[in-house]
Amino acid sequence: MSGGWIGTILRINLTTGQIAKEPLNMDWAKEFLGGRGLGAKYLYEEMDPTIDPLSPENKMNFVTGPMTGTNASTSSRFTVVTKGALTNAITTSNSGGTWGPELKFAGYDMLILEGRAARPSYIWIYNDEVEIRSAEHLWGKTTWETDDIIREEGGVHDTVVSCIGPAGEKLVRFSAIVNDRHRAAGRSGVGAVMGSKNLKAIAVRGTGAVPVSDPKSFMASMWTMKDKLVEHPVTGEGLAAYGTAVLVNIINESGALPTNNHQMSQLEGADNISGETLADTRLVANKACFSCTIACGRVSELPGEAQDKFLVTTRPHNWKIAVEGPEYENAWAMGADCGIDDLDALIKANALCNELGMDPISFGATLAAAMEMYEKGVLNDDQTGIPFNFGNSDALIAMTEATAYREGFGDELAEGSKRMCDKFERPEFFMGVRGQEFPAYDARAIQGMGLGYATSNRGACHLKSYTVAPEILGIPEKMDPAATEGKAGITKIFQDATSTVDSAGLCIFLTFGVGLEEMQPQLAAVTGINYTVENLLKLGERVWNLERIWNHKAGFSGKDDTLPKRLTEEPISDGPTKGQVNRLSEMLPEYYEARGWTSDGEPSEAKLKSLGLE
Amino acid sequence: MAKSLRIIPEKCTGCMQCELACSWVQTGTFQPSRSLIRVNIFDEQASYAPYTCFQCNEAWCMNACPVNAINIDEDTGAKVVLDQSCVGCGLCTIACPFGTMFYSPDTHKALKCDLCGGDPGCASACPTGAIEYVDSESGDWLGDWAEKVNSKYIDSLDGGGA
Repeated sequence: MSGGWIGTILRINLTTGQIAKEPLNMDWAKEFLGGRGLGAKYLYEEMDPTIDPLSPENKMNFVTGPMTGTNASTSSRFTVVTKGALTNAITTSNSGGTWGPELKFAGYDMLILEGRAARPSYIWIYNDEVEIRSAEHLWGKTTWETDDIIREEGGVHDTVVSCIGPAGEKLVRFSAIVNDRHRAAGRSGVGAVMGSKNLKAIAVRGTGAVPVSDPKSFMASMWTMKDKLVEHPVTGEGLAAYGTAVLVNIINESGALPTNNHQMSQLEGADNISGETLADTRLVANKACFSCTIACGRVSELPGEAQDKFLVTTRPHNWKIAVEGPEYENAWAMGADCGIDDLDALIKANALCNELGMDPISFGATLAAAMEMYEKGVLNDDQTGIPFNFGNSDALIAMTEATAYREGFGDELAEGSKRMCDKFERPEFFMGVRGQEFPAYDARAIQGMGLGYATSNRGACHLKSYTVAPEILGIPEKMDPAATEGKAGITKIFQDATSTVDSAGLCIFLTFGVGLEEMQPQLAAVTGINYTVENLLKLGERVWNLERIWNHKAGFSGKDDTLPKRLTEEPISDGPTKGQVNRLSEMLPEYYEARGWTSDGEPSEAKLKSLGLE
Repeated sequence: MAKSLRIIPEKCTGCMQCELACSWVQTGTFQPSRSLIRVNIFDEQASYAPYTCFQCNEAWCMNACPVNAINIDEDTGAKVVLDQSCVGCGLCTIACPFGTMFYSPDTHKALKCDLCGGDPGCASACPTGAIEYVDSESGDWLGDWAEKVNSKYIDSLDGGGA
C-alpha cells in the first residue's frame, strides 16, 4: 500500500472559476517530496519567473508534505510557494497549525491557485465539495473576524481557515497569510500575492484519512524520534518552558542581538522581553501546532493596566482575550531592532500583526530603518506624524495599524525597508538581502549566518540554514561563531537538510533534537520508498538548486549574494563581539565551490545534471 | 479495579495527538474525524480541552439501548458496544449527556471509547500527560474540575469583572 501522499491536486483558476482535480505527478513527488520542494517544482515547470508577482500570471501553490497529517511529531506544516511580492524571488513560506493536515484530510496534497478573481472571493473546501464563494462581506475584515464569519456561515464543525487581513488586501509588501488565527505563512509578501488575486480566504474541512505504507515500522520510528525530542534539552525543555524567546538572553549575551537597526549588537533591557520574563509574568498557556510534541507556541495575556495603555480604539472587542506570542523573532524585530524593551507593547503589536495579517519581522525591521532615518534627520515629525525615536513603543503600536491599512507614514512602511530606504535616498539603511529584511541574528557576530543570509533563495532568512545551532548553541557540535573556517561546508549541508525537512511537511524546530537519520525511517515507512539519508540530503540539494536557477531566470545572479556594507565594513562598536565585521568574501568562493557552482555563483551544468535538473 | 480516563485540561497544548492515536487504533490510518476523543479549542480563553467517555457509573447509553448492545467489559470495566447486537438506532447518542457516543455512517453502528482493551492509545500518545489512565474510584475528577472552574468564575465576578 502506498502512503503519505493522497495523490490528488486541486487546481483552481480564479479568473475563469474553473475547479479541477488532477493526479499528483508522482515522479516529481518522489524527487521533491512535497511542501517547499514540490511546490517549487510545479512553479518552475508551470510559470514564467519574470512575471510581476502581483499580476494574475503569478501562481500560488499551497503544498503539504508526505508526513503532513500523520502523527509524526511536528507534522503540521504546509508551504506557500509563489513569487514573493517583497522580493521578486521565489518564496517558500511555511506555516503550522491545522490547515495543512486538514487539506490532506479533505483529500488533496496541494492546491494550485491561478489567475485573479473579478470580485473579492474565498474558497470553500469540504472534502469533494469545492466552491468559489463571494467574500464581498469579508473584505476589510481582520483575520480573526474572517475566521469567525466563515466558520459560522459554513456551518461545518472544525472548519479551518487560512486568510489574509487588511494588510494583504492593501498589498502591504510583507503581508502574511494567517491560519488558525495565530499561525502564518509570514514572509516575503505571500499575503499581498493572495490579495492581488482578490482572494480573502481558503476554508478547509476534511474527514478523510492519511494512510501510511508500512504501519509497523512507521510507529516504531515515530516513537524513537518523539523520545529523542522529549529528552533533548532544547526541544524537551527550553522551547517548551520559554518558547523561542528563550533565545533573547542567549543571543544578547553573545553580542549578536541586532539593536537599533543593526547599529548595535546588544539591547540593555533585553531581559525585559525574554522568554523567561514572559513565562514569569504574562504567559497563560503553551500552544502546540497539530501533532507537535514541542509546543513552543506562547499564549499571553495583558494585565488590566497594560490593556488600558495599549487600548486601540478601533478594536475594543479584542480586550481581555488571550493571544499567541510573542516569539523570538517578533520580540527582536519590533523590540530590540526598534530599541524597545516593553514586553506588553510587543504582545500587543504581535497580536495586531496576526490580526491584520502582517509579517512582524519585516514590519519591525522596516520601522527600525525608518527610526534610524528619523534620528539622523532624514525624516521629520511632519512626515512620520509621531516621534520615531528608537524605544518609542507608542510609535510601534500606532504604526502597526497604520502600516496594515496604509495610512499616513504607514503607507511608506508598507513598501518594506528596501523600497522605503531607496525612496528617501538612503539605501544604506536597508538591512537585508534580496529585498527581504534580516531576522534576529547579527551576521557580524555569527559568521555563518552572514553566508546563509547572503545566499538564501528567498532573501534574508534564518530558517534556511540555522547555523546559530552549531555556532552559538553547540548543536550538534560547537563551532566558533567568529571564525569563517568550515562555514561554507556547514551552510551547504544545513541548507540542503533544511530543504528536505521543509519538503517532508515537518517543522525545522525538530532539527534541534534530531536529524535526517531519525526522519529517514519515518519517511521511508510513510511513503513506501527506500529513501536513504544520502539521497534525502541530495533531494534537499536538488530543491536548493532548483530555487536558485528559478531565481536566476527571474533576473537574480551571484551578484545578489551580498550583505549591506554595515555588516561587512562597520565593526560592532561594543560588547563581547566588539570590532567584528562579517567576512563574507572569505566564505563565498568556498561555498560556491562546495556547491559545484561557477565562481560567479551559477550552478554548473554538471551539478544540475547530477541532480536531475538539466 | 476498573479504570477510566482522567483529563487534565491545563496540561493540554491542543496538539491533537490523542485524536490521531484514536483514529489509528480504529482504522490503521490517521483520520481525526473518526476519533472518539475530541479536542475542543477555545483560543481566546487559552483553553484546550480533550473530552471522551469517562465510563460513568450511570451509563445512560447502556440503559437506553433497546437491544442490550452495550455491555461492561469484564477486564477493563469499560462500557463497550457489541457490533453484532447493535442495530444502529442511535438512542444511545441521544441518551449520553456528555456527547461521547458516536455513530458511524459507514457501518451504521454506535461507536464509543472502549479504553482500547486496557491500553488506551490517546493516553500513551499525549506528550504532556493531559490524559491519564487511572483507577476510576480514585475520586470525582470531573466534579473537582467543575468546582475549580466555578470558583475561578466567581472570583472573577468578585474582582469587578476583571
